[in-house]
Amino acid sequence: MDYCPHTPDDTAQMQSVVAIASIDELFADIPQKFRLKSVLDIPAALSEQETIATMSSIAGKNKLPQFTLTGAGAYHHFIPAVVGHIIGRAEFYTAYTPYQAEISQGILQAIYEYQTMIAHLTGTEIANASMYDGASAMAEAAVLCAKMSTRTKIIVARSVHPEYRQVVNTYSWANGYTVVEIPYSSSGQIDSNALQNKLDDQVAAVLVQSPNFFGVIEDIAPLVDTAHQKGALLVAGFTDGTSLGILQPAGASGADFVVGEGQSFGNPLNYGGPYLGIFAAREKFMRRIPGRLVGATVDKNGQRGFVLTLQTREQHIRREKATSNICSNEALCALAAGVYLAALGKNLRKLAQLNIYKTQYLKNKLLQLKGWKEIFFAPVYNEFVLCCPDARLVNKKLQSVGIIGGYELNKDYPELENTLLFCATEMLSKDDIDRVVAILK
Amino acid sequence: MELIFEISKPGRSASAVAASDVPAVNIEDAIGKKYLRTDLDLPEVAEVDLVRHYTNLSRRNFGVDLGFYPLGSCTMKYNPKVNENVAALPGFTGLHPYADDKSAQGNLQLMYEMQKYLSNIFGMAEFTLQPAAGAHGELTGMMMIKKYFEKKGEKRPAILIPDTAHGTNPASGALCGFEIVTLRSNSEGGVDIDHLKSLMTEKVAGLMLTNPNTLGLFERNIEQVVQIVHGKGGLLYGDGANANAFLSKARPGDLGFDVIQLNLHKTFSTPHGGGGPGSGPVGVSAKLVDYLPIPRIIKTGDGYNWSDKFPDTIGRMRSFYGNFNVIVKAYTYIRSLGAEGLKRATEMAVLNANYIKEKLKPYFDLPYDRVCMHECVFSGKRQVAENGVHTTDIAKKLIDYGYHPPTIYFPLIVPEAIMIEPTETESKETLDAFCEAMIAIAREAKENPDGVKNAPLTTPVSRLDEVLAARKPDVCWKKS
Repeated sequence: MDYCPHTPDDTAQMQSVVAIASIDELFADIPQKFRLKSVLDIPAALSEQETIATMSSIAGKNKLPQFTLTGAGAYHHFIPAVVGHIIGRAEFYTAYTPYQAEISQGILQAIYEYQTMIAHLTGTEIANASMYDGASAMAEAAVLCAKMSTRTKIIVARSVHPEYRQVVNTYSWANGYTVVEIPYSSSGQIDSNALQNKLDDQVAAVLVQSPNFFGVIEDIAPLVDTAHQKGALLVAGFTDGTSLGILQPAGASGADFVVGEGQSFGNPLNYGGPYLGIFAAREKFMRRIPGRLVGATVDKNGQRGFVLTLQTREQHIRREKATSNICSNEALCALAAGVYLAALGKNLRKLAQLNIYKTQYLKNKLLQLKGWKEIFFAPVYNEFVLCCPDARLVNKKLQSVGIIGGYELNKDYPELENTLLFCATEMLSKDDIDRVVAILK
Repeated sequence: MELIFEISKPGRSASAVAASDVPAVNIEDAIGKKYLRTDLDLPEVAEVDLVRHYTNLSRRNFGVDLGFYPLGSCTMKYNPKVNENVAALPGFTGLHPYADDKSAQGNLQLMYEMQKYLSNIFGMAEFTLQPAAGAHGELTGMMMIKKYFEKKGEKRPAILIPDTAHGTNPASGALCGFEIVTLRSNSEGGVDIDHLKSLMTEKVAGLMLTNPNTLGLFERNIEQVVQIVHGKGGLLYGDGANANAFLSKARPGDLGFDVIQLNLHKTFSTPHGGGGPGSGPVGVSAKLVDYLPIPRIIKTGDGYNWSDKFPDTIGRMRSFYGNFNVIVKAYTYIRSLGAEGLKRATEMAVLNANYIKEKLKPYFDLPYDRVCMHECVFSGKRQVAENGVHTTDIAKKLIDYGYHPPTIYFPLIVPEAIMIEPTETESKETLDAFCEAMIAIAREAKENPDGVKNAPLTTPVSRLDEVLAARKPDVCWKKS
């Protein structure tokens, strides 16, 4: 199956316009010795029916769980039907980046609305059109902070998602920056004394996450003060975006940048991608931030319209002097997020409440099991850490009945043995939770 | 059109949150008052109004399904529907990224095979599927080059980039600390070999080359270019933005490229989504395999597993494994077309571009008049000189004819550039009609230039004031 509409007659006529006797002549610039003589070693073409059968068989080799108790950066939430219908409109999904504003008002306005919702949710003044994912958004924020100063150190809390820290490390290494990690305290929050001690006049940015990887809510305002006192900027991440429906956002506590994963807003788990990176900031950074920005303006007749704006920040104008190399966003995922947030509206708070109810129920039930205990005492949103007699055995038991258990923290925190990170969203029913506890009894 | 906030009315909602089947808890007790937000100002709309709002927005947007979209360098080919259907299978969409490897064998197999197919199609030793977009792939590739020299203990602070390159190339190089040195093009639009010889020293990490370049021209002296770069111990980076031009015809690995980054959303038919999600896999030669991002897929007798036990890796470029669902669509495309289909796609893409080039040559300046690959680049300078009509005017007028304009003002070395990439999925009739429109615009530029300069007239908004947008930025709506 190919998608070329050319009949043999078309091809012949076109060849005569181009004045070639054979298609091969079109490739004459490729030196003879480099022309591929063999046929590519990939499976034979399939009809549409065969394609569906083949792909269904591959999808069928995955075992979908009955439900999952792991979040850890990707969250299973209910997606209202409207989201799929809107992003399934070909006018949106078969378009490119909106370079020609007059025929791209749809996606431009939708992104402007998304930016507005995100700025409000994060407690900042501005948000961009989205980044690749939460981790790269955090890494780009860190690099930006260093570039705006002459400083070369990045401080990151160990309670930040391990994969986000890895990405920050990669980007920092490439730019010659040093990364310093700050331990967590017995509350599960960043150890603020250790932060004080490590902050010096070479630190460009302090990276934290709230809720952090342990599910624990950080006290952002004092961290902002601590960072600012030493001339560093504070970058606050978050884990599950739905927490923004109920928690005081980091922007409202004075964070300079709020970055995080937007997948929770209407995007399926998709085995890790595509997701969208939320990137929000104080207004004063508007001309420095990476990524696409949509702005409102007027047309010749004074009518409101939208364009990609402040493009002098960007690579196609500034080349090596650009603030980043990013030249796209995750537009369709951001559209899904916008539709999701508009569909939820103020019910986002109710949804967040429901997540808290389920989480508290799950936590209390698990704590009734023999030998299980809490190790952090600060408040949590919809994830929490418990220590148990044998974490691996717990997950094995759950897995054998098709349940994804908790995230085993000792993979990333060797000191946290037999410690599991659990997540409960609205997708988990009371019966599910009771079953888990029955299995583990 | 009104904003979603302007149609909001307190008390309305397009969703109902399920009732709780577990006991409610006092939120202030559970969380603490100081951690709770006091405001939540999201739109309040009924479902029908929500759907109409976004549906009406979609009607103000142009996609490939609506018409011809010859946006040069973006490869706006048709996005097959079957790809969307299979990517929506619950087996692909429903899995958590931390599902254990045993439960994810289908996904792992698909990604592993995708890496193998891409390695074969491009003649590379290995591929990573982790980068989320082309520019992200560029950054990944440049980081591997940096790591390679770091491990060898060589200090090579600079990288060469031709003046025809996409802006992302210098930006990606700069984002991993390289000094950017610009390499001139020769009169044929290719690499200026003498300039390359003079710039390529032991302080230079290598060359970032797009081939075919952004003029749509294949680098005839590629063998010499590779010899010069490798001769000084440098590496050759290939920007695969234009990979649609050579599938089954030539392989970058055979040409001597050490790195190539792809754009699955261009070459392998996945939809662009209004600006993403894309996917930017990176292929490497044997020299660079050790530096690939982690985690990588390992195949054993038991099946497939993720592994991060690669001590020389550059590390991680993003969370999880890549834009998996986009990869599913590109994999489906490769399986549907097979080797013959990919070859035909390239052949028809190149034929289409040359056909347009020949038909429009009498009407627009063609700065590099030779056989082109998948795209052709005209200059609108004749129209500027004779009629005061600029390329942007021609582009806007095309909108009134029902087309998405080509890429304009790029590459930078062509004044008033008009870069046309038709792709293989367009019929002769579509190309003929488009050429007739272009010719009519060239005529109108002479006879009634104001008619061109006032375009577009058929769109919901006319030309927008970009200066105002940048001078007084309004990027978030505020209640007045």
